[in-house]
Amino acid sequence: MKYADEFRDKEIAVGLAKAIRAEANKARPYRFMEFCGGHTHAISRYGLEDVLPTNVRMIHGPGCPVCVLPAGRIDMAIGLAMRPEVILCVYGDLMRVPGSQGASLLKAKARGADVRMVYSTIDAIRIAEENSAREVVFFAIGFETTTPPTAVMIRMAEKKRLSNFSVFCNHVLTPPAMKNILESSDIGDKGQFEIDGFVGPAHVSTIIGTEPYEFFAKEFSKPVVISGFEPLDMLQSILMLVRQINEHRYEVENQYRRAVTRDGNLRAREEISDVFELRDRFEWRGLGQVPYSGLRLKRSYAIYDAELRFEMQELCVADNRACECGAILRGVKKPVDCKLFGTLCTPEMPMGSCMVSSEGACAAYWAYSRFRDHRQRRAS
Amino acid sequence: MRGHQRKLDIKNACIDLSHGSGGRAMAQLISGLFHEAFGNEWLARGNDQSAFDVRAGRMVMSTDGYVVSPLFFPGGNIGSLAVYGTVNDIAMAGAQPLYLSASFIIEEGFLLSDLKMIAESMGEAARSAGVHIITGDTKVVERGKADGLFISTAGVGLVPDGLDLSAENARVGDRVLISGTLGDHGIAVMSKRQNLAFETEITSDSAALHDLVVKMVEAGGCGIRLMRDPTRGGLGAALNEIAQQSGLGFRLQEEAIPVKPGVAAACELLGLDPLHVANEGKLVAVVAPEVADAVLGAMRAHPLGCDAADIGEAISDDHHFVQMATSVGGGCIVDWLSGEQLPRIC
Ligand code: SF4
Repeated sequence: MKYADEFRDKEIAVGLAKAIRAEANKARPYRFMEFCGGHTHAISRYGLEDVLPTNVRMIHGPGCPVCVLPAGRIDMAIGLAMRPEVILCVYGDLMRVPGSQGASLLKAKARGADVRMVYSTIDAIRIAEENSAREVVFFAIGFETTTPPTAVMIRMAEKKRLSNFSVFCNHVLTPPAMKNILESSDIGDKGQFEIDGFVGPAHVSTIIGTEPYEFFAKEFSKPVVISGFEPLDMLQSILMLVRQINEHRYEVENQYRRAVTRDGNLRAREEISDVFELRDRFEWRGLGQVPYSGLRLKRSYAIYDAELRFEMQELCVADNRACECGAILRGVKKPVDCKLFGTLCTPEMPMGSCMVSSEGACAAYWAYSRFRDHRQRRAS
Repeated sequence: MRGHQRKLDIKNACIDLSHGSGGRAMAQLISGLFHEAFGNEWLARGNDQSAFDVRAGRMVMSTDGYVVSPLFFPGGNIGSLAVYGTVNDIAMAGAQPLYLSASFIIEEGFLLSDLKMIAESMGEAARSAGVHIITGDTKVVERGKADGLFISTAGVGLVPDGLDLSAENARVGDRVLISGTLGDHGIAVMSKRQNLAFETEITSDSAALHDLVVKMVEAGGCGIRLMRDPTRGGLGAALNEIAQQSGLGFRLQEEAIPVKPGVAAACELLGLDPLHVANEGKLVAVVAPEVADAVLGAMRAHPLGCDAADIGEAISDDHHFVQMATSVGGGCIVDWLSGEQLPRIC
C-alpha cells in the first residue's frame, strides 16, 4: 500500500531479513517472545514469519490487555452495567470479551444494560457531565500506556467535582507478568519451551522507559530489545536479539530511540504514582494470580473507585477447560494446538480471550496466517 | 383544499407526528418538500405508485436501507448516499439505472430545514445519475424510536443485451481491478462521529458509478466477469464474498493497492485496516487477463477512476482465501471482518 513507506520499505526489509539469515547460527534455534499484542498483530499482518529463517521463531506473549483480563472481571463489569442507575463506558475491544457462560458486555447491552463505547477518557467525563442523575463508570483497562490517561481523567473528575463518576480499575503492569512467565514451571528447565529473548513493547516503554527490563536481562540472562511496531522496527529488533545471543550479551537495547528513553516519561510516571497504588495480587487470564501486577486507586481517591462505591465482589471464574489461552499466553502452545481453534472458537464466537481482540494470538493467527497451515499440509 | 394549507415553515419548524399521520400535514410535506426536490413528471401525477414503460430485455432490481450517523458528513449526506448506493448496486450488473423509490422513516423533532437539504441533495444526486425517484413513502415515529432519519431506496435498471456479470464467471488468472483509493468514505464518516480533526479533511467518495461502468463495458465487453462496490466491510469483505461465490481464491499485492496518505494516517491512529473500511464510490472488477489493460485504461480516463489500479489475480484455492503479498515481502490473509471494526485500546 502506498503509505508509511519509510517503515515498510521492501528493500530495507529484504536487507534486514538477509542479515538475520546470515547471522543466525543454523545449528541452534532462536526463540523470541514478543510480549505485546501490537507486535503479534504486526507479525501476522505483515507476514513477517515468511521472511525469517526457520530457526528464528516468534512466540506470542501475554501483551494484549483484553486477552489477559479474566472472565471474572468481565462478569463483575456486566453485573455493574446491569444496574439501572449505571452507565458503563468501555473501549470497543472489550465489548466482545467472553465472561462466564458466553456472557459479554455486547450481549448485556442487547439485554438493556447501558454500555457506551468510548474512544477516549474525555468521552467518559463528558457523559458523566451530561447525565448527572446517573452513575457513570469508566471500565479502565490496559498496560502502562493507558494508565496515565486514566489518572488524568480521575484528577479531572476531582477538579470538576463530579460526584456521579467512578472508575473500575483493571490496569496491569508489564514487568511482573514477564517475570511470572520466566518463572513459570512449564518454561525453562522443566518445560518444553525455552525463551531466548524478548521483543519489548515500545508503547509501554515510552512511559516506564527501558530501565525496568534491565533486571530481566541480568537475572535471567535474557536479552531484551524494546521495539517499535512497524515491520522494519521488528525485523531490526530481531536482528539485534540474534546478535546479542551470538555475542553472549544479555542487555536491554533500545531499537525505538525515536520515542523511548531509559527513564521514560517522568510526568506520566508521576501522574500514575499520584493516583494509583499496587494491588498485592491481580488475576491474569492464563497466568493466574500474579503478585504486584495490578493497580488500584489510592485511598485518597477512594470516592472514584467503583469497586468500593458499588461494593463489588471479586469474582473468580474458571475458563472453558478445553481452552488453551493460558498456555498460549505463556508461549507454551500455539493457537493451532488448541482443539477449539477454528471450530468452536472463531472471532465470531470467541470461547477464549485470545480470539477476541485482533491483537490476541489466536485472532491474529486466524485472521492473517491460517492459510500457512493449509500450505504446509499440502506441501507435506 | 390547497387554499387552507399554510406554507411549510422550513426555516423554523420540525417534524411532528402529524407529518406521518396520512392527513393534510403529510400531504403538504410530500408535495412541498419531496416533490419539489425530486421534481419529475411521474411524481407530479400524485399516485400511490408510478407506471412506466418497460423495454424488452433483462432488468435488475436492488434495494438498500441507509442508517448512517452522522447524517451529514464531508462530501455528502444520507440523501445523496441513499441514491448513489442503489444506483451503484444496479450499475454493478452493468445495467443502466432507470427508476428509484425512496422511503423515509423520520423521528419526531427532526428539523424541516435538514430534511429539505437532504431531499434536495437526493434530487440532485438522482438528476446527476440520470435516474428518477418516482415513488416513495413517509413515516414519522416518536422521539427516541429512530436515529433522526432512516432512508430506504429501491431501484430498477436495464442490462445491455448480451452482458451477464456474475461471480461464477470468474476464472483462474483473471485480474482484479480497483477504481480508486480505499477507505475515503468510512474515514470521512468516522472523523465526524469522533470529532477527530485531521490535518487534511477527508471527504467521502460517495458517487454514482454507472457512467464509469459504461466506459468499462465498452472497453472490456464480456471480458468483464463481474463488478462489486466494496461498501460496508470494504475491499476485504467484497473479495471474500466473490471468492466464496466463484469458488476461487485471490492473491493481492499490497503495494499496488491505492490508499490516500490522509486515510492511511487516520487508519493508523484508529487501529483500522483500510482494506476493511467502507467505500461509497469505488468498484472492484474481476476481468479476463486479455482485456485487463484496456479496461484499466478506460477506468483511468474517467474522473471516477483516475486512481484505478490492477491489484492482483484470481487463483485456484480450495479454501477460497484472499491472500496478500505484504509490502515487506511476507504473506497474510485478508479476512472478513468479525463484527464491527473497532478502534483498538493502545
Ligand atoms: S482457540 Fe479459542 S479457546 Fe482455544 S486457546 Fe485460542 S482463544 Fe482459547
